[in-house]
Amino acid sequence: MTAHLRSTFTAEAAALTHIGDIVDVHDEHHDDGSKTTLGFWIYLMSDCILFAALFASFAVLRGQTAGGPSGREIFSLPYVLAETSCLLMSSLTYGMAMIAMGRNQKDSVLGWLGVTLLLGLVFMGMELHEFGDLIASGAGPSRSGFLSAYFTLVGTHGLHVASGMIWMVVMIAHVLRRGLSAANQTRLMCLSLFWHFLDIVWIGVFTVVYLMGVAR
Amino acid sequence: MTAIENAPGHGAHPPHDAAHAGADHGSVRSYAIGFALSVLLTAIPFALVMSGAASAAMVVPICVGLGVVQMVVHLIYFLHMNGASSRSWNMAALLFTVLIVAILVIGTLWVMYHMNANMMPGMMPTD
Repeated sequence: MTAHLRSTFTAEAAALTHIGDIVDVHDEHHDDGSKTTLGFWIYLMSDCILFAALFASFAVLRGQTAGGPSGREIFSLPYVLAETSCLLMSSLTYGMAMIAMGRNQKDSVLGWLGVTLLLGLVFMGMELHEFGDLIASGAGPSRSGFLSAYFTLVGTHGLHVASGMIWMVVMIAHVLRRGLSAANQTRLMCLSLFWHFLDIVWIGVFTVVYLMGVAR
Repeated sequence: MTAIENAPGHGAHPPHDAAHAGADHGSVRSYAIGFALSVLLTAIPFALVMSGAASAAMVVPICVGLGVVQMVVHLIYFLHMNGASSRSWNMAALLFTVLIVAILVIGTLWVMYHMNANMMPGMMPTD
């Protein structure tokens, strides 16, 4: 009886120690970050559904101009092409940062993150300028169903890009302070997923909103 | 306990075979290929629409098709969705999301198109 109790107790103590190992992931090397990145990936998938709903609304409302301007009259494709190039190049430069991270080159990671941030800033600047011009010319979100859907969809993407850039600034500070620690590597991996994901959403935006809006 | 130990991506690797090992981050070559393909897949639809060479009925399906191809290119070369067993849960979540997105978008367009068609002034009963 006593022996049985003692062995149960020992087993429970061992189990508790093990739980401690698992819970204590932040300071230790026990978590390789794969669970965190999987969790973040699932968040991105839910974000995908958010964008799908906005795309569906836009597709329904794109013809409802209520006498206001249509896409063909307000979109400038060369301008959109420049925005697209910024975002595509920033995906490449973030990829370079991840490769530098794999080689443990801290300065190189910081440099590529800086370039990515700069390209993101150019993109955001161009988009805000485009929005400002539209609103100033009376084609604001309240003008028609089409413009409401346009500002909601493209604006939501822009908000995501802005959050990504704030996150990138935070990551640059983290890497400057703590270097490429395991926790920082996992965070950079998540931001990588986020940034590439936004570029994929932008493919949908330039195809459905701009190209289909201008094609005749 | 068992559930945690059987969590995806853990079974095959000892804990210290970190995900931070090079393979997960791709190579310069894979990013270069992805970037070159993306430039091409962006340039073609923009050129088609900007030149105005073909009608919308022809250009729109091409643009949508190339857009889908470019999304797949990004998933493979930038997000490294390569069907590796260690990431099968990522793939499962992605495929499920694609299904939901397809139902959401196609379903919305289908229903709204018919509602719109049936509510056009010319189709109202006139009695």
